[in-house]
Amino acid sequence: MVTFLEYFNLGAAFFIIICMVLMLGRLLGGPTLYDRLLAVNSFGTKTIIFLCIFCFIINRPDGLDIALLYALMNFIATIAVLKFFNYRCLGVPLIKEQIEAEE
Amino acid sequence: MIIAFLSAVVLDSNLVWTEILQICLSCLAIASGLFFVLAGSIGVLRFPDFYTRLHAAGMTDTLGAELILIGLILQSGFTQTSLKLLMIGFFLLLTSPTATHAIAHSAHTANLKPKLGKHSFSKVQRDRS
Amino acid sequence: MRHASLLTLAMAATWLMLSGYFIGMILTFGFISIILVVWMTKRLSILDNESVPYLNILKTCKYYIWLFIEIVKANIQVVKAVIGPNAEISPSLIKIPMHTDIDIAQTMFANSITLTPGTVSVDVQKDHILVHALLKEMSKPEDFYEMHCRSAKAVSIDLKDN
Repeated sequence: MVTFLEYFNLGAAFFIIICMVLMLGRLLGGPTLYDRLLAVNSFGTKTIIFLCIFCFIINRPDGLDIALLYALMNFIATIAVLKFFNYRCLGVPLIKEQIEAEE
Repeated sequence: MIIAFLSAVVLDSNLVWTEILQICLSCLAIASGLFFVLAGSIGVLRFPDFYTRLHAAGMTDTLGAELILIGLILQSGFTQTSLKLLMIGFFLLLTSPTATHAIAHSAHTANLKPKLGKHSFSKVQRDRS
Repeated sequence: MRHASLLTLAMAATWLMLSGYFIGMILTFGFISIILVVWMTKRLSILDNESVPYLNILKTCKYYIWLFIEIVKANIQVVKAVIGPNAEISPSLIKIPMHTDIDIAQTMFANSITLTPGTVSVDVQKDHILVHALLKEMSKPEDFYEMHCRSAKAVSIDLKDN
């Protein structure tokens, strides 16, 4: 019975890879910067799911820590890139009143 | 695949019926989650402008990911693994809408105008090509 | 004092859940780091209801279960719009009034609007949220009032009368 679940998980992992390739199409052909960022963010979410399923395929649950870290890193990377492209600098306060006061 | 499933699950007399139920439910959850993930990917490729693509990506982030994680939790039973999976689901539920809002907000402040009003997007693509 | 003990409990549970080892040395490391974090939080004087939101965790769980059902309903509509052969969409930008000015209630409301597929909160101002809605059925501002009430109740904050 273990073999059936293993085959099912393997198929699910391949399915996720197909979806990631579809997302690469939007990443390469997106007309604006924000389309590309959206594609990168969604690609990261699919990577997290793929890592979870992969841990079940190779039967080593330690790898879930990597997925947990990736979930946090994905969010922080998106915010950092957005902030950089908005202000061209990473050391800017994010609160509106502070920015207006500094200007 | 269905034949393999039947021969593996139903004909194996060693299994208790709770195990069969667990396997069926987890396969159902993972399969429907994969369906939502695929629909989200197709939507991101197919929708005509940036703001509508956000909705398709959000669909993948919420229901697709959560359903697949629920299926994996059902596979593992109550162990440390399932607690970690719950934690991943919790973080996804908190961070993905925040990231989506950040992208939408900065596109709005950069004066990216959304395409409003009723239209059929398959027609728009045909006109372009 | 109540906040400090709650924070200690939550951090101990997180440590045990993520490490999974019950050896003396690892437990000592966990103990030392919990004490350090609680001491630093106390020195920064941010021990209040906002940084330790574990008092109304049951209400929040109930709210998220209600929200999950709403997400499933909205997902089915969006999937129909994506996969249908000559699918028609009618995107619109709508303003939704907010009856509160407390940060956590606003965050909860905007977060759950974005979580529901088909609606994305684009801009959050002091008294309204600008929302981009995908379909015609989702673009009525009255429909969001129930979600607003429930999300405010989940963090135990009363709404102002309009």
